[in-house]
This record gives sequence, C-alpha cells and structure tokens, in this order.
Amino acid sequence: MAHTETHDPNTPLEYRSEIGRLNILGFWIFLGAEIALFATLFATYMVLTHRIADGPALGELFEVKSLLIQTFLLLTSSFTCGLAVHEMRRQNVKGLITWMAITLGLGLGFLYFEIQEFLHFIHEGANIGTSAAWSGFFVLVGTHGAHVTFGIFWVTMVLIQVAKRGLTPATSAKVFITSLYWHFLDVVWIFIFTAVYLMGMVMHHG
Amino acid sequence: MRRLKPFFTFGLLMAVLMLSGCSEMVILDPKGPVGQQQKDLILYSIGFMTFILIVVYALTAFIVYKYRDRKNHKGYDPDNEGSHLLETIWWIIPIIITIALAVPTVKTIYSLEGPPEETKDQKPLVIHATSVDWKWVFTYPEQDIETVNYLHIPEDRPVLFKLTSADSMASFWVPQLGGQKYAMAGMETKLYLQADEQGTYEGRNSNFTGEGFTDHTFDVMSMSDKEFEKWVSETKTDAPELTKEQYDKLMLPGHVKEMTFSSTHLGWVNHADEADYAMKARERLGYEPKIPHSKAAKEEKKKREEEKKKQEESESHGDSHAH
Amino acid sequence: MKWDEFFVTGDPLIYGADVSIVLTMVGILFYLTKFKKWKWLWDEWLTTVDHKKLGIMYIVSAVLMMFRGGVDALLMRAQLAVPEANFLDSQHYNEIFTTHGTIMIIFMAMPFLIGLINVVVPLQIGARDVAYPYLNAVSFWTFFIGAMLFNISFVIGGSPSAGWTSYMPLASNELSPGPGQNYYLLGLQIAGIGTLLTGINFLVTILKMRAPGMTLFRMPMFTWSSLVTMVIIIFAFPILTVALVLMTFDRLFGSHFFTLQGEGMDMLWANLFWLWGHPEVYIVILPAFGMFSEIISTFSKKTLFGYKAMIWSMLLIAGYSFLVWVHHFFTMGSGAVVNSVFSITTMAIGIPTGVKIFNWLFTMYRGRIEFTTPMLWSLGFIVNFVVGGVTGVMLAMAAADYQYHNTYFLVSHFHYVLIAGTVFACFAGLIFWYPKMFGYKLNERIGKWVFWIFTIGFNVCFMPQYFLGLDGMPRRVYTYSEESGWGPLNMVSTIGGFMMGIAFVILVYNIYYSFRFAKRETTGDAWNGRTLEWSTPSPMPPFYNFAKIPEVTGLDHFWKQKQAGKVEKLKAEDIKKIHMPSNSGVPFIMASFFFVAGFGMVFDWMWMGIAGMIGVFGTLIYRSFEYDDGYYVSVEEVIETEKISK
Repeated sequence: MAHTETHDPNTPLEYRSEIGRLNILGFWIFLGAEIALFATLFATYMVLTHRIADGPALGELFEVKSLLIQTFLLLTSSFTCGLAVHEMRRQNVKGLITWMAITLGLGLGFLYFEIQEFLHFIHEGANIGTSAAWSGFFVLVGTHGAHVTFGIFWVTMVLIQVAKRGLTPATSAKVFITSLYWHFLDVVWIFIFTAVYLMGMVMHHG
Repeated sequence: MRRLKPFFTFGLLMAVLMLSGCSEMVILDPKGPVGQQQKDLILYSIGFMTFILIVVYALTAFIVYKYRDRKNHKGYDPDNEGSHLLETIWWIIPIIITIALAVPTVKTIYSLEGPPEETKDQKPLVIHATSVDWKWVFTYPEQDIETVNYLHIPEDRPVLFKLTSADSMASFWVPQLGGQKYAMAGMETKLYLQADEQGTYEGRNSNFTGEGFTDHTFDVMSMSDKEFEKWVSETKTDAPELTKEQYDKLMLPGHVKEMTFSSTHLGWVNHADEADYAMKARERLGYEPKIPHSKAAKEEKKKREEEKKKQEESESHGDSHAH
Repeated sequence: MKWDEFFVTGDPLIYGADVSIVLTMVGILFYLTKFKKWKWLWDEWLTTVDHKKLGIMYIVSAVLMMFRGGVDALLMRAQLAVPEANFLDSQHYNEIFTTHGTIMIIFMAMPFLIGLINVVVPLQIGARDVAYPYLNAVSFWTFFIGAMLFNISFVIGGSPSAGWTSYMPLASNELSPGPGQNYYLLGLQIAGIGTLLTGINFLVTILKMRAPGMTLFRMPMFTWSSLVTMVIIIFAFPILTVALVLMTFDRLFGSHFFTLQGEGMDMLWANLFWLWGHPEVYIVILPAFGMFSEIISTFSKKTLFGYKAMIWSMLLIAGYSFLVWVHHFFTMGSGAVVNSVFSITTMAIGIPTGVKIFNWLFTMYRGRIEFTTPMLWSLGFIVNFVVGGVTGVMLAMAAADYQYHNTYFLVSHFHYVLIAGTVFACFAGLIFWYPKMFGYKLNERIGKWVFWIFTIGFNVCFMPQYFLGLDGMPRRVYTYSEESGWGPLNMVSTIGGFMMGIAFVILVYNIYYSFRFAKRETTGDAWNGRTLEWSTPSPMPPFYNFAKIPEVTGLDHFWKQKQAGKVEKLKAEDIKKIHMPSNSGVPFIMASFFFVAGFGMVFDWMWMGIAGMIGVFGTLIYRSFEYDDGYYVSVEEVIETEKISK
C-alpha cells in the first residue's frame, strides 16, 4: 500500500506514507498523554511547594544566571530543530543533519547546566529527601531532564538511520516525530520556567 | 418466565428477612442528633431508590414477558430506532430525582459541619482524638486529662472531636452517634457528635491501618453531666500523670489496655503539627519495622499476641479503672 | 536480605502454592517438549502481532487471573463465615484482600475487556488489523509480565498488604516494610505501560482504520464504547503512572511525597489514586455497556433504541468520570462546599447511566427476545446492576456516606456494579463471540446453569453485605466478635460466594465440554448477528480478516444486507494482494527485560533494575533500526484460504 500511493507534491515528505501518517497521529495522541503526565507532576509540585520541613525554601537556592542559560539553550534548540525539519522538507539531508546536530549540542548544553544546578542544590543541602517540596522539584524538573536525555539518544538513533538510508517516507516521519517531541519538551520547559522558577523566586524574594 | 419464578421468590424472601432486622441495625438506630439526621437522609433516599427499582423491574418484567420470542408473536418492529418523547421523559425524570436528592443532601452536609441545631448555644466539650497503630488516645484539654481506648462524654451536650493521627490514616467512627471522619497525621479534622441517651457505644477506626486494624476500637460511655464531672475530678486526683517515656511507648505499633492519666500529651506534641513524632519516638526506642514474612516479624507478632491475651485475661478478671 | 525474607515460608497454603506452581511449570515444559510444541508456541503465539490471537491470549490470562482472584475471595469468605475464626491470620488476610482487589481490577477485568476489544473491534470496523500491530504485542506482553511479577509475590518476598488503594502512609517503608508493596508498584507500572499503549493504539485504529462508508455515527455501539474508553485511558493512566512513580521514589529513593517525614502529604496520594481510580471504574464499565448494547440488540432482533442518546450519554459519563473522584473520601474533611459539589456531580453521573438502562429496555420493546445465554447475562445485568446503581446514588449523598464509608455497604455496592456490570459482560461477551474465536458455541444448557447458579450465588453473597454495612461492619476486618451479631449474614454471604465459585468451575467445564462435543459452526454467523464481524468466516477469520474490505452503507450494515437478501459473495476478481505486518519476537523479549528490571527494583537490587532497563532500551533501539515493512499475501493465497471456486 505504502508504495503505490500518489501524492499532491505539496504533501510534506513525512505524510506521504500510510504508516507515517498513522505514526504521526499516534504520536500526537501520545503527547496528549504526556500532557496529562506533566499536569499531574505540576499539580503535585504546586501542592507540595510550601512543605519545606527543615530544609531551605525553594526560591532561596534558585539562581537566575543558570536558569537563563538553560532557557536560552533549550529555546534555541527548538528553533534549530524547526530549521532541521524545514531542511528535511527541502530534501536536504546535509542541512537536516547539521541543524539536528546543533539541536543536540544545545540539548546537551542544557543538560550540562541542569546537572550543574542540581549538584549545586545538593551541595547547598537540598536533595530529593530534604522535604516534600524538594522531592516535588527534583522529580518534576528531573522528569523533564530525563525526557531531554531520552530525546538526545532518540534523535541520534534517527539521524544514524537518515544517514544510512537517506530521506524516505519512513525516516522522514521518524524525524518529524522526534521534532514534535523536542518542541513539546520546550513547551514543558516554559511551564517549568514560569511555575517553578519564576514563581519560586517571586514567592521567596518578593 | 417459569424459570424466573424461584429467583423472584428467593429475592422477596431475602428482602423480607433482612428488612425485618432493620430496626436493630446500628446505623438505623442512632442515639444522637447527628446520627439521626443521617438516618433521616438514608431513609429518604431509600424511598426514591425503591421507586426506581420498582419502575425498572416492572418495565423489565413486562417487556421481557410480552416480547419474548414465541409463536404468534405480535408487535415486532425491527426498525424502531427511538422516540424523542420517551427519551426526553427518561432524561428528565432522573434529573428531577437527582435534584430531589441533592437538596436535602447539601442541607445535611452543611448542618453537620457545626454542632447540632438543638444544642448549638451550649459550649461543646472539646476532645482531641489521636490514632496510633492500633489504639486511640483521647485528650480532654480543658479538663487536663487523657484516656486511652475509651471515652466518657456527658449526654445532651455537643462534643467537638479534633482528630489527628500519629501514623497511618485512620477514620474515627461511632456508628450510633454519627458518621465518621478521617484522622490524619499533620492534619486536624473536626467532627461534632452528641449522645442523647446514656449508654455505652462502640467506636472504632474504620480505615484500614494494617495488621492490628481489626481491634483498633474503643468504647464511648455517655453519662449525665454530674457523673461526668465526678469522673473528671476523680481522674484528676487518682490517675497517674502521663510521662513522655510512657507516651513514647504508646507510639509503638500494638494494642494496649484502657488507660487513664491526669495530664495530657499536648504539652510536648500535637500530631496535627508534627507528623513525624511517632516515627522519631520509634527510632528513639530502637524499634525497627520488620518484613511481614521474616522470622523476626513472626516472633514480634507472637509476643504481641501473648500480650494481648494477657490483657484480655486481666480485663476479664474485673480490674477496671474508671468505669 | 535473608532467605527467610526472600522465600515466603511457614504456611501450608504457601507450600501448597509452591508445589502446584512447580508442578504446573514442569507439566507445561514436559508437554511442550514431548509434543514438540516449542516452535509452534513461538511462531503462533509468542511472536504474533495478530489482534485476534493477542485478544485470545488476553482473555486466557484474564480467566487465569479470575481464578487466582476468585480463590482469594473464597479464602476471605471462608475466614469470615463464622465469628472469631482462625483460618487466616490478620497479615495473611490483609495480603489476600489486597491481591484480590488489585488482580480483579487490573489483571482480570481490564485485560478481559481489552481482550474482547482486541478480537472484536478491528472486525467490527472492517479493518485488517489495528493501527500498530507491533505495539499491540508490546501492550499484551507488558500486561502479562506485570501480572506475573505481581503474582509471584505470593511465594517470593510476600504479597502487598496495604489494600489495593495502598493509602499512604500505611504503604510507606516504615509501616509496610519489605518487597510486598514494591510488587504492587512495579507490577502495576509495567502493566500500565501496556494499557496506555492500548489506549493510543485503539483510538487511532478506530479513528483511522474504519472501512469505507463507516462514519462515526455508523459505528457499532461496542466500537463506540471502546473509543470512549480509550480516550479515558489516555488521560487517566498517566496519572497512575506518576502516582506510582512518586510512591516508588518514596520507598526506594527516600523522597517525601506522601510520607510522615519531610512534610509529605498522605492526602495527595488519595487524590492522585482516585483521579485515576474513578475513571478506571468507567474504563471497565463502558466496554461492558457496549457489549450489552450489541447483545440485547442482536437477540431482540431489533435496532438499538436511541443510538445517538447512547453515544451522548457515554460521552457525558466519560467527562463526568474525571469530576467525581472526591466521593471516594468525603470523610477527609474537605469542607461543605467541596463535598456538596462532588455529591452533586456524582449523583449527576447516574442520569446518563439511567438513560442507558431505559434505552436497553426499550431496545427489547417490540422486539423478538430470544433467551440465549449471552442474553440472559444481559438481562441479569440490567436487573442486578440497577441495585448497584441506586446504592451508588445513596453513597453519593455525602452526609449519608459518612455512615456508609468503609463499611460492607460500600463493598456490596461496588461488587454489584463491577460484577453485575463488568463480570457479567465478560461472560456474556465471551459466550457471544466464542463461536467467532473458536468456531463453535459453548453449550447453552450448561451455560444457563452457570448463569443461574452464578447470579443467585452473587445475590446471596452480596445482598446480605448491604445489611452488614448498615449494621456497622467495617470492610477489611479479618474477623469479628460473636456479640456483633454479624455471624449469620456472613455465613449466608459465604455460601453465596462458594456458589459463584462452583459456577466458575462449571463454566470452565463447559469450555472443555464444548471443545469436545459442540457442533462445529461453519457459517461464521452463529447468532444471526448485525455487525461486520459476523460477515467473516469462523473459526477465527484468516489473519487478514477481510479478503475484500466491505463498504458500509449504514448502521447494522450486515444485518440490513441479510434482510434484503443482498449479502455480497466474494468473487475471485475482487481480490487484491494484501499487505500484512510481520511477526516479531521483540515485544516478548522486551517484556522479559521489564520483568528483570521490575524484579530487581522490587528487592531494591539496583544493579538488576538497571541491567533490565538497559535491556529494554536495547530492544527499543533494535526495533528502531529494524526496517520491516511487513509482507504481501498473494492473490492466490487469499483465494486458496477463502476456498473460492474459480
């Protein structure tokens, strides 16, 4: 079936096979489930945010500089990821791989700063077992970080496949799906930025 | 249809048998205004529910009987897809029933948040009820006395229970006085109850709390104001003071006999503010939780059961304290 | 960890279980080896991606789990039959009611329904398979492995004993030490992955794979109910995933979400659990509603009454299902406003449910009702489910619930809903689609015996429990005193419980009996059915389901074709080559790695947990690099299979 279809030339590459279309739809629905997952984590965090027991308050340890660097890296990576998909649609394998590689680099940078930040918090006496509030923080932000880590591996695998097989309806659908995933993580980060860091700092200092 | 008969007869028999026992069922035999309100609401709802059941069963019996497949079958209409009129009717009737049930429900919910209407100008007696696996500690802060596993209350006077727990989530329930409420560590919940008659009522924790849950019970004795005052003053002079060491021992999981003290634990801890007190006390006493199937756990359990047995024996020998 | 903590010892029941498990295993291995069935097992079942075979495996597992959960139930009833019994001790009783609840909901009811959905829905919508056949296999194997992991707790490490609701802080390390509670967490987590994937898979399948002409409002009601169920799964299961992760972190990594220390919040667990738990109730009841709709319509030989109202009420129920969770803990002291709001939303959920009852009744009105066993179960459902429904409304009235809460009144209510709703539907659906799966009907006479014994036993078992509840008997007590006066009704209840047990045994016997003696059915349309699955041959339509995808012109398309005498005959020239997915052993292997990971984490052996997870990711990567586009079934093979004369 997949090979006999004819297409409007304007149909994006990733939508040109039945399997590709189904997978993309399925992934959108999966993202719906991911929203439910993160919503639950956010709700948990919100409920626990003032339960600091004997530990430091959340906003007390947050640092603006690290936060801004992380945010900048991740937002930029979403932009470069968009460029990569744009190149893919132009059948430009090299452009795709280049921009995706940059995306991965930015993602790794984000992870580096996030891990540094976590280590800093632990050093200051706030780990996952310090209080309910810090448990909520580490698991919420950590789940996002784990998603980014998974994403980096995943995108790498898909890029290897693109390098080996070129752009086919199958590989392009995979690239497109990883890009959806990557943008989604960016959106989640915006919520973390606002609900965790900004609100935490405002509550503490303001 | 012939086959259905024994089924119906049986059901009818069961219903008659069980309804005849109704008046003795504790929830339908309340001894105070809170339980009375709940009983009224329950009976009110049972009326509606019976109506619904009768309608559905009558319709089912009629339709199943009339349209069973048989020779000379009449009225078969395979493409009958629906009827706006009928469907509107059975959207509207349940809505009306729901409203009819919702109004008294909401009223009762609000009324149960405060002391009973008829005694609301009386000052309620305040009692802190604290659940510890698997016992109840009752504190009378105004009288400055404390009891374990039993309660004395004056009749015809609202009692405000301030509920909390030292460990697992329990539920404070005296069925004949009224419905329950959870007792949770690090939280304080409030429950008003009142007894209109003198007598002894069984109370218990109804929320599963592990191994000793079944015996997580207490007795409530309701008495006249005078008797209550007398009991309080006797307790204050006769009962020993509660020490912190003794209280910490109460924090260990297990059952204890009824106890009475002439001071309270509120001086050093309120579990509503300090959720981990019991855990710390257990640590101080060197208590370690044991995996249920391990040898250590079995030994501990054996010891616990022996203690319980001893206790029951000593209680049956009539060594009572403040009864 | 010491050996006495690893193996559960010191109880004749456990030793009995040890022996029977070992004997069964040896027996199976011997059988497979002797009759050289290993290859058959691998090729036909362990690596299959065929939705029908996966469905059958789901159902077989669910029946096994029903046996396990049922034995738990009977042990409980035996212990409670008389006051102050010493048949089970408290710890053992606690473990048994915990595993009973968990197994019946997660490992029996859901897989049974998902199994029937697997078998039936793709056939009903005229599809060759589901959207993601490979993923479907992953779903099954993760469910299966989750169930196995949960079940071995019985003999290794000890079963969880904090109730299927596992309220914190009771379920914390301090109050429930050891691997038991970890089994609960990991078993449910692994099975939950499978359920979520099923949700996505079938949602896409139903949305995208329908035969031409089958618009949404021409879909059979069972397909509709499955669609709505999948949407609930997709939004409810992530909540469970998170809740389980948080408790796992509390127990294994020292976090303080729900603990007594560190200002954890036990109420949060209750909220998260029921935010998933209440939708879960509708996950197991809506497919049941769908099946009853099909069966009642088929055996009344009449179109479903109020098709659209049925759909809208179902959508309404699905929406409401996320707005009522607080009614599971009205007694938490959330205040009058919260309790009033949730009282009203809960009662309101009764409205669409009531509407459905009347629509079923009027589907029979002016029909020609045939009392086959599936129909008997459906009628039994209406009569008994209503009892569960009205007591549900009584429980919804918060002020009264303060008295019913945590009592046998509640226990009886949810058994009236879950047994009369879900279990009756499982039986009805199994019997109804049995000829589709195996090519012959289950014996009707024995089937009717099963129905009557089970239904009467069910009422004898649970009706007294309402009255025990009103008499103040709390749930989950392992014994009670003579003076309480609860003895006689408990004895009655136990008798009823054993009647249900006997009915189950006869049901299993019926499976054997019919396998031996039932008349084979060749038309593919054993019950004069209405929907597309009956237009395919039995037993078990060929792996590609439809040689030619049907074109649908309306609701009950197949029925209408038959009425008009215009059932299309398959012609050789209509047949084209068919694209099908290849089998794969990867899902099975992936699930096995999940088992390793789960088992390691249960015992807090992190090296093993990590090793298992590496294995899981390894299989994921392997799959990602595997470009298997499936294969084509040639025209000749289809003609051969369909036995079309040229």
